[in-house]
Amino acid sequence: MAERSFAKEVEKLRLGAGEEFAGEGILAITKALLQCGVGYVGGYQGAPISHLMDVLADAQDILGELGVHFEASASEATATAMLAASVHYPIRGAATFKSTVGTNVASDALANLASGGVTGGALIIVGEDYGEGSSIMQERSHAFAMKSQVWLLDPRPNLPSIVKAVEDGFELSEASNTPVMLQVRIRCCHVHGHFIAKDNKRPPMSVADALAAPRRDTGRIVLPPASFLHEKEKVAKRWPAAVDFIKSRKINEIFGSDHGSVGIVMQGGMYNSVVRALQRLALADTYGDTDVSLYVLNAVYPLVDDEFLAFCEGKQAVLVVEEGQPNYIEQAFAAMLHKAGRGTKLVGKEHLPMAGEYTGQVMLDGIGSFLRANAPHLLPGEVRAPNKLGEGVDTADLINVVPGRPPGFCVGCPERPIFAATKLVEQELGKHHIASDIGCHLFSIMPPFELGATTMGYGLGPASASAFNSPEAKRRSISFVGDGGFWHNGLTSSIGNAVFNKNDGVIVIVDNFYSAATGGQDILSSRASNRTKSTKHPITEAVKGMGVKWLRHIDRTYDVGKMQATLREALTTEEKGPKVIVASSECMLNRQRREKPLVDKAIKGGERVVKPKFGVDEDVCTGDHACMRLSGCPSLSVKSLDDPLRDDPVASIDQNCVGCGNCGEVADAAVLCPSFYRADVVHNPSRWDRFLESGRRAAIGLLQRRRESRRLMFADA
Amino acid sequence: MLDQASPLRPKAGASDDERVIKLAVLAVGGQGGGVLADWITDVAERNGYIAQSTSVAGVAQRTGATIYYIEMARDTGRLPVFALSPSQGDVDILIAAELMEAGRAIIRGFVTPERTTLIASSHRIAAVSEKIEPGDGRASSEKVHATAEAAAKRFIAFDMEKIAAENGTMISASLLGALAGSDTLPFTRESYEQAVSAGGRGVKASLAAFGAAYDRARGIAAAGDKAAPKPAAESKAVPKVSGPETLLKGWQELAVRVAALPEPVRDMAGRGLRKVVDFQDIAYGGEYLDRLDKAVALDDADHRYALSTAAAKHLANAMCYDDMIRVADLKTRSSRDRRVRKEVGVKDNTVLQVTEYFHPRIEEFCGTLPVGLGSYIENRPNLAAFLDRRINRGRHIRTDSFSGFAMLWFIAGLRRWRRRLLRHKVEVEHLERWYELALAHARENYALGQEILNCRRLIKGYSDTHARAQSKFDRVLSALPMLEGREDAADWIRRLREAALKDEKGDMLDGALKTVATLD
Repeated sequence: MAERSFAKEVEKLRLGAGEEFAGEGILAITKALLQCGVGYVGGYQGAPISHLMDVLADAQDILGELGVHFEASASEATATAMLAASVHYPIRGAATFKSTVGTNVASDALANLASGGVTGGALIIVGEDYGEGSSIMQERSHAFAMKSQVWLLDPRPNLPSIVKAVEDGFELSEASNTPVMLQVRIRCCHVHGHFIAKDNKRPPMSVADALAAPRRDTGRIVLPPASFLHEKEKVAKRWPAAVDFIKSRKINEIFGSDHGSVGIVMQGGMYNSVVRALQRLALADTYGDTDVSLYVLNAVYPLVDDEFLAFCEGKQAVLVVEEGQPNYIEQAFAAMLHKAGRGTKLVGKEHLPMAGEYTGQVMLDGIGSFLRANAPHLLPGEVRAPNKLGEGVDTADLINVVPGRPPGFCVGCPERPIFAATKLVEQELGKHHIASDIGCHLFSIMPPFELGATTMGYGLGPASASAFNSPEAKRRSISFVGDGGFWHNGLTSSIGNAVFNKNDGVIVIVDNFYSAATGGQDILSSRASNRTKSTKHPITEAVKGMGVKWLRHIDRTYDVGKMQATLREALTTEEKGPKVIVASSECMLNRQRREKPLVDKAIKGGERVVKPKFGVDEDVCTGDHACMRLSGCPSLSVKSLDDPLRDDPVASIDQNCVGCGNCGEVADAAVLCPSFYRADVVHNPSRWDRFLESGRRAAIGLLQRRRESRRLMFADA
Repeated sequence: MLDQASPLRPKAGASDDERVIKLAVLAVGGQGGGVLADWITDVAERNGYIAQSTSVAGVAQRTGATIYYIEMARDTGRLPVFALSPSQGDVDILIAAELMEAGRAIIRGFVTPERTTLIASSHRIAAVSEKIEPGDGRASSEKVHATAEAAAKRFIAFDMEKIAAENGTMISASLLGALAGSDTLPFTRESYEQAVSAGGRGVKASLAAFGAAYDRARGIAAAGDKAAPKPAAESKAVPKVSGPETLLKGWQELAVRVAALPEPVRDMAGRGLRKVVDFQDIAYGGEYLDRLDKAVALDDADHRYALSTAAAKHLANAMCYDDMIRVADLKTRSSRDRRVRKEVGVKDNTVLQVTEYFHPRIEEFCGTLPVGLGSYIENRPNLAAFLDRRINRGRHIRTDSFSGFAMLWFIAGLRRWRRRLLRHKVEVEHLERWYELALAHARENYALGQEILNCRRLIKGYSDTHARAQSKFDRVLSALPMLEGREDAADWIRRLREAALKDEKGDMLDGALKTVATLD
């Protein structure tokens, strides 16, 4: 069950010709796929494309009605390999994933697909996770397009443009027998906007039709000698076909005046930021009308030589706005101008930073700097020589005040106790080399845990500890991998590898029943029933099947003591070979989403329900915060007491507590303090509950009154 | 209403009608910022505006800082070009769903005095870095308030989280109310309420929180955009007290002694007295005041009796050490029962079960034995280890059950013999050493004496944490010989103490001690 349900929104996918669609970017892309008569769709979740997968999953009824096959692929490689269905058959297919991490994984399949080429349109929609909010290394998908020679579209970030790019992408792919990548940036995926819909189309040939009449053509298979011919075909046939298509269909757009002395070339995705900078320089209006010539590359690869040269005609200087590095586009344009013997000055990274996101301020500074240097006459006086504005407030002091707020484990997260136990084991046995992996569990590298030295890729945690395997070693390495990473790649690359190479390290598989970090999608080991997917395949069975001999399964991670003891045993046992601990408890975010409505309903319906919550006795708490150094739970925080005798704030648990038990277990395992208590509220108690309670309260009240009548009682003590 | 205070004019021809309004929401993941963004977009569209909202969903939502961004312009039939993220110096309205996020917005340049209306909830959600300090690691809210007043064109701040909680809903509702009440957008109150109603879930609670925040924002706007001052804490120095006649008489005698103390000391001494009497008995209160008198004797009005006030505070804390008896006593009181029921929200038709988490060790066990027996065991490591194996484990005790409660009640009853127990002996010796040390120094160097008293703040926690605290306390005071005769000795002790409160192990303290060692 995914974190967010699109069950209501997917009804918008049924809109017909002429109706107005209003909604998020990803939903618009899905609608565009259906309007294009796509035959099959697959992909792998991951921000910013997770919701696209969730939309597709929630839209399975609509997809089914249209005869569209949907696949939640095991990995990005799987998704891309699936596009093989478009090699011999005229079926349109689409795959989607996060880039560049997903593209890295997919690149084997991508290269093979690109070599043989396609008959049906093959579209790869990549969510470019670059800039603020990104969780991955900052690289460009552009390089993949260049090396495999697949075409890359980067449409202007508004709904009509991205919908059109999907349509163009399929046609471009078919016209040039080449897969096409469509890049949408992180905010574009979540942008709310409008476009006019068209009717959905049934695929002219479905995958069922293809299976009924199989085809093959050895010329499309990547084997010598065909593979040598493919390379030639790419440059002799497919490239020119793509350039012709882009030019004749005017995929790239020109805005503004066509006679100015300066121009700006940009990736389509940068258009809105460029216009915003021009608006702020008083050179463009609200709608983007401007006197500066703009050449917008909705197709960033391949580039169209004569279109660019024509744009440069009569211009003294042209600025290339290309986010990220290396500056492939700028280099290509510079070479074109040079070879054509043109005198137009081409600039880019002189005015704009080589690396980093092109934020509003960066764009304003860069374009301002370019225009001041090359066309100062365009700029109004106050821009050329601005009156000195107020310095603004001094924020230097504030920077030292405002704390950083990186993402962390949610309230009640079952992974928190795993890392609390790890920290406690390290207090006993000393520091260990810890290899981390991609997933929520990577938050362990942040305070308060500060565990983990590297992260090398999805499912590669244990693989990245594989060098730390020495007969002379006195200490074992510890590595983590999540259930998502385990099924994505970890089973073979990490577990199989450790078994085969007789790795002596400790591997912890963090199993929270979902691919939680990407939004809680189901995976093979999910324990939920899924209408369209096969779940409930235990990780332990898979690990055993790989040949692991030392295997422990902890089915309640909140048992910090047991977690600690198991880790200790794994680190100290005489047994050779990988020591694998599968630590399982359901993702609390998903669990609450699933259970809360049921619990509320049960309480309303008069059923006996026990709801736990933790609390802190503020007079017992001494305010040393040791508990928080082993937790970081958002629900466990500090509060000041209205008592001048106390200097430091005490621990306090807020209303969001879900009663996971971590506080009590940690206080117990780490021998912290007796201030925690668990309060179980029994809703709709049974007669027995009530009988027991009244008896107990009477007896307890007796003892309390006896003592309290013999001592001084202070008003609010 | 919005002004056009952008430093640069819009392009000629762009009338006020075509202006783009830019609104950013800075929130902590999980606060429901997405709902707020959807509402605002809906309100704009209901009022004939074209609106675009963007966000970065995903990992950032998980309690990390996150931004939602909305642009809107009157619908003139043409599609405006909207940006997808806020720019420095180019935001009209900034909503911060938590106070430090307002600070972050200012740092990031999203708040400018010429144009930005800053609407911030003044409540705090402590970041992990603020919570894990052994001392008080919380950021200064005053600093953010002060800077915000200067940085924003208008600053509207009040506790919107509280308003939401009081109405049983999420902060998004009260943030929307504050936005509507600020009158910065050209939309009517009704259109906001329609958007909330159209959401469909928890409408009643949301509208109630919306309305309360709306009124509050308007009130504040009229009162000159100032946050309401905190009401002064009521003095509890002279508590109401009840009990048997004889005890009340004893208490009155002690109260008379407090009343005779110099005025500046009285409040703290009254609180301290109450704490120690509550901890042990009337006689213990007398001991407390006897000790306090020694500090008062050294003190004078020129110093505003600062030494005595510090003594009143820290003596009380030192005398009320955290032993098993105290914990059991606090956990078995009827007032505690009432507090838990209130905090958890137990209603008449529900039953409460309470589980306590204890983990006693041999040290706590011995501390609760008579001095002779306790020391006997402690001096025999093998015996202590043997017993520890039987004692040292987590015990979950149900204090709603009679047997669990009775056990704690019995332990609490050991109070009357406390003076004869090992822990008391250890604590008293430690206290006397520290107190004498402080007073001895105070005679030569008043401020130094005071700082030594303040070092008592370092001692807290249970078991290992307590041992670590004790070690920090000793390490700080170990600098005294090195500071002998220095005029800035008090300042150094203060710095060492503050360093000790910064991290768990005392690494900062060790660094600071090294610095002290190099002083000439």
